This record gives sequence, C-alpha cells and structure tokens, in this order.
Amino acid sequence: MQSPKVALRARKDEATEARLATLTLPETGGWLDGLRADALSRVRAMALPGPRDEYWKWTRPETLISPDVTPAALFKDDEPPMFDEVDRLKIVFTSGKFDAEASDDLSLEGLTIERLAEAGATDLHWARDLYGTLETNGQTPVERPLAALNTAFATDGVLIRVTGKVSKPVSLIYRRESEASEAILHHVVKVEQGGEMTLLENGPAAARFNKVLEVEVADEAAFHHVRTQARDHERRAATHIFARLGRESVFKSFTVTMNGVLTRNDCVIELTGDDAVAHVAGAALGDGDFHHDDTVFVTHDAVNCESRQVFKKVLRNGAVGVFQGKILVKEGAQKTDGYQISQSLLLDDDSQFLAKPELEIYADDVACSHGSTSGAIDETALFYLRSRGVPTDQATNLLTLAFLAEALQEIDSEELSGLILARLEGWLERRRG
Amino acid sequence: MLEIKNLHVKLEEEDKQILKGVNLTVEAGKVHAIMGPNGSGKSTLSYVLSGRDGYEVTEGSATLEGEDLLEAEPEERAAAGLFLAFQYPVEIPGVGNMTFLRTALNAQRKARGEEEISATDFLKLVREKAKTLKIDAEMLKRPVNVGFSGGEKKRNEILQMAVLEPKMCILDETDSGLDVDAMKLVSDGVNALRDEGRGFLVITHYQRLLDHIKPDVVHIMANGRIIKTGGPELALEVEKNGYADILAEDA
Repeated sequence: MQSPKVALRARKDEATEARLATLTLPETGGWLDGLRADALSRVRAMALPGPRDEYWKWTRPETLISPDVTPAALFKDDEPPMFDEVDRLKIVFTSGKFDAEASDDLSLEGLTIERLAEAGATDLHWARDLYGTLETNGQTPVERPLAALNTAFATDGVLIRVTGKVSKPVSLIYRRESEASEAILHHVVKVEQGGEMTLLENGPAAARFNKVLEVEVADEAAFHHVRTQARDHERRAATHIFARLGRESVFKSFTVTMNGVLTRNDCVIELTGDDAVAHVAGAALGDGDFHHDDTVFVTHDAVNCESRQVFKKVLRNGAVGVFQGKILVKEGAQKTDGYQISQSLLLDDDSQFLAKPELEIYADDVACSHGSTSGAIDETALFYLRSRGVPTDQATNLLTLAFLAEALQEIDSEELSGLILARLEGWLERRRG
Repeated sequence: MLEIKNLHVKLEEEDKQILKGVNLTVEAGKVHAIMGPNGSGKSTLSYVLSGRDGYEVTEGSATLEGEDLLEAEPEERAAAGLFLAFQYPVEIPGVGNMTFLRTALNAQRKARGEEEISATDFLKLVREKAKTLKIDAEMLKRPVNVGFSGGEKKRNEILQMAVLEPKMCILDETDSGLDVDAMKLVSDGVNALRDEGRGFLVITHYQRLLDHIKPDVVHIMANGRIIKTGGPELALEVEKNGYADILAEDA
C-alpha cells in the first residue's frame, strides 16, 4: 500500500502534468531555451502547489493551477485608468502580449528596454545571468513552483537595464480583451550601480494571471515600485517579486489591491550588501468574494540593513485576507533593523484575516519587531466624529483611510501616494450607505 | 434653547437608573452651570444629550429649539446645533486635525442644506480661530488629539466649537486636567463665543472654572436629579461648604 505521503505526491504530480499538458514552451530561441527547460524540470521536481502545502494552507491553489481558466467578466467603469495623470513611459501588454501600437517608443535616457519575446536571439549577457536566477534562489527554503512555471512558459515581458537616474517612471499597463484569457509575463530589471528607477504596474492582465518580476538592485542603486491590482473583480492572479539588493541600495515596493476573487502576491527579498534598505507594503480592500494573500520572505544576509513589511487589509462582506510574512536574519547579519506589521480592519463579522508572522534570527545584535492585529472600527472614535456632525458611513470611511495611512506612507512619491489615496477614497465612497 | 423634562435614564447593560427625573431649561444667551458630587449623573446627562450608545431613556424628553433630540442620531444633533466638549477628547491616529474639522463643518452644512465651505475660506476661518486659542499650525497638521497634552486637547475642543458655531454648547468638565494658564485660555475661548443666540451648559466639579466663565444660573445635581438652582452665589457656597449642606437640605 502507498504511504499517504507518496499518494499525496502522486496527486500533485498528476495535477502538475494536467496543467503542463495545456502549455507549450514558447519558441523564443537562443539563451532563453535552456533556461526555460531548466525551469520546467524544476517545476516537475517540485510539483505545482497543493492544498496540503504549508504556505498554501489558507489560499486554495486549485484554480491557479487547473488546466482550464475560470472565465472572469470584463470590468466596466468610467474612471480613467490608474496613473493616467503621471508623466511616464508606457509599455502596454494586451492579452499577455506586448502591444507596440499602444506603447510609447521604448527609449528613455538612463535605461534600455528589451522585449522578452524577442530577447532570445540577442546575446543579452546581463539578462541571461538574471532570468530565472533570482527566482531559482527564491525557491529555498520555501518552494514557489508557480514562479518556476512562469520562468518556463512566460510568453512576454520586459528586460530593463538601468544605468543612470531615470527621469520618469516606466509604466507597465495590462489590458485584456476576453473573459477566458490567461497571461504569463516575466519581467527582469537590473539597476546598475548608482542607477535609479520607478516602475509602475496597473490594469487587468487576464482572467488568470501569472507574473514574475525579478529585480537586481546593485550597490548604491534604487528601485521604486508601485502597482495597483484592480478593475477586474473576478481575476485570479499569482504574482512573484524576487529582489536581490547590493550595498547601500534601496528597494521599495507598494501594492494596492482592490477586489479580485483570488490574488496571491509573493515577495522574496534578499539583502546581500551592507546598509541596504528594503520596504515592501500593501493595502488591500476586499468586498464580498475576495481572497487576498500576501506572502513575504525577507532575508538579511549583510550588516546594518533595514527592512520593513507593512500590510493593511480592509475586509467586508465575507472577504478573506491572508498574510504570511517572514524575516530571516542570517548568521553575521548584525545590526539588522527588521520591522513587520500586518493588520486587518474587519468591517463586519463575516470577514476573516489569517496571519502568520515569523522571525528567524541567527545573529545576536539585531532589532526585529513584528505585530499582527485584527479589529473593527473604533467605536469611541466613531462616536467622536459623529458628535461633530460627520455621518456614520462617512466617519467609517475616514477611519478606514486612517487605518490604511501607515501603509500609504511607504510610498515615497507624494504624487503617486496622492493618486492611490484618491482611488481608495473612491472605492470606499462607492460603498457608502 | 435646550429643554429637558423629567429625564429618566438607565444604563443599557445593567439595570441601573442614573438620571431620575432631570428638569432643566437653558435659554439662548445664557450660561448655566451644573455642579455636583461624583456619580451624580452630570456626565451621563451630557452623553445622553449628545447621543452616545449605552444609555436608555425610560421617561421624559429633551428638545433643542423645540426639536426632539433623543430620537436623532448624534450627527443629526450636531447639525441641529448641539456641541459637546468632551471630558476626554478622543485621539484619532491617521486623521489630520484639519481634515477632521473641514469634514465635520461641511457635513453639518450639507445636512442643513447649506453650501460647502471652500478650501481657502476654511483655512482662513481656522487660522483666525486657532490664533486666539494659541493653537499653532503644527497642532493643526497633526492627527486629531494624538500626542496633544491635556491642555492642548481641551483647546482643540474649543477650536472645534469656534469653527462649528453650535447653538447649544455643553462643556463636560472642561477644566479637568488644566493648569491655571490653560484654564484661562480655554475660558477666554468660551467667553468669546458667548452670544445672545447661544446657550451654554457648563458641567464642573469646581467653582474655579466659574470664576472665568461666569454663569447666569447654577444647578446642583445629586443622585440623578437637580436638587437646587440658584445664581452664581450657589457655586461659591459649594466651594466654601461642600455639597453636604445642600444634600442634607434635600434629604
């Protein structure tokens, strides 16, 4: 008789093969072929996630790995797309493919941009060294098979190399045209020493979206990232960020998520150079059929680095929020300053927040703190506002925005945080009364 | 202005009667003070009038300019012109003082069918009122009451009062936690708002606040009722002899 463990693995292998049968390796040629084949064998070795996996306890992976895509209705609203007001270089992906007509000319001082779909033929040594490398590193100690799947099967994406201080953000815009669409995109960014860039992401990519972003931030370089996940209520998305930080570098990533049936955002950061700073933050607002999972793993492997994880979730009408965050301080990573907070505001009794904060420390001279809370609106504050004439629903919104404020403060740019705030206000306003 | 008749109130959670038939009328343009020993029901009266949860009115009525207060939501009472200066002003992290004030003022205006105030006019209004209360720009920028000293919190209450211009102001132990200078500042703020169209109900333990805010009428409250009413001299009597004599008279 098979042991339960072997049977479990057999079921996972079966599900993995069923999924793989629906995919073909893209023929991008050249150096990419070997990396894709490697990734595919890693997928088979790990198998795609199953509901018994430790880091999939609270988020069901079935619809993310099933052979068929669950269709998602196209979302209609009359709000202008996010970041429309921002002076930026636009790169548009329509139905998972680079859309040259809708995009700007891909040239900007201080960086070069290549399309993944065309990169195989060119010998981009820097990209060859990075594509799938940070993803592979990020597979230990916790496996992330969906990211390996992405490395193998990504149909498109951008490879951005930053050599200077870039004057305006590069903006990745996703669009989708059909209800049963699927997109697998893989972006690689290398910020060379002293370089600086801001990457924006927004728009509904697909009914089911698998995206990987690998970022190498070299010594004294800076990478800023702001993205929105919104305007497609029925989407299912699994995204990964893998970042490696050099000496005195800065990495800051902020994600705002509004609705979405299933969103799993993994962020894996490795601080490898002394005096580096990594902040990753998110604000998620869910109403009804909403499941949002932030899974973060920050590794300190250098001296005097700072990391912050700030995640806030507003949940109502049965929405579910998950946070799995870890700070790992390796031996010798002295003077580490690590901070982690995950909080949820539950606007009714039906909503749920599940959190697993973890610290693992092998150095003796560090300051690490973490906290996690779930709570309702503060009744005393609510009464105070009402006693000054502010109606209950408006007062609730004001207190909700106040709850989110700490996460929003993680966005350095006032312009961008102002735009995000306006979207949050709009979301709350539409649900008043 | 404010008319309270035979008001009986009990705690919702437990079967405990706090107010046992309060009768009180505050006329426009007048300052009434309520004094009384601990546990007499003074603060409960202010909470019930402003609409805080947890209390049940079992009998009696309270009206503001003839309109029923007790059935109205707290925000409706505020829009109708009622203001309670809290004994313990609430800290609200993440909400800026200015945002809070503007939201409150505009919500009240909207409820009354008035135009919202423009950002420029609002700024002008607040700066002018803040100056007389010695509230600086830094305090206006900070989150509501967060990191404020006791005196700053009370000044902030009076600033809200000055900006919202209510018809009926209730001050719940506004003197508690204030030093002499702060008390003077707060009192000056209140006195500046004294007006023939506005009524005040000042709840306090001590006579000293009434040296600064001179009342027209003083009530003594004990055991959930007003047991004696008189002029300012009544406050002085309490200061001198305590409540014992008056309580004995009532018994």
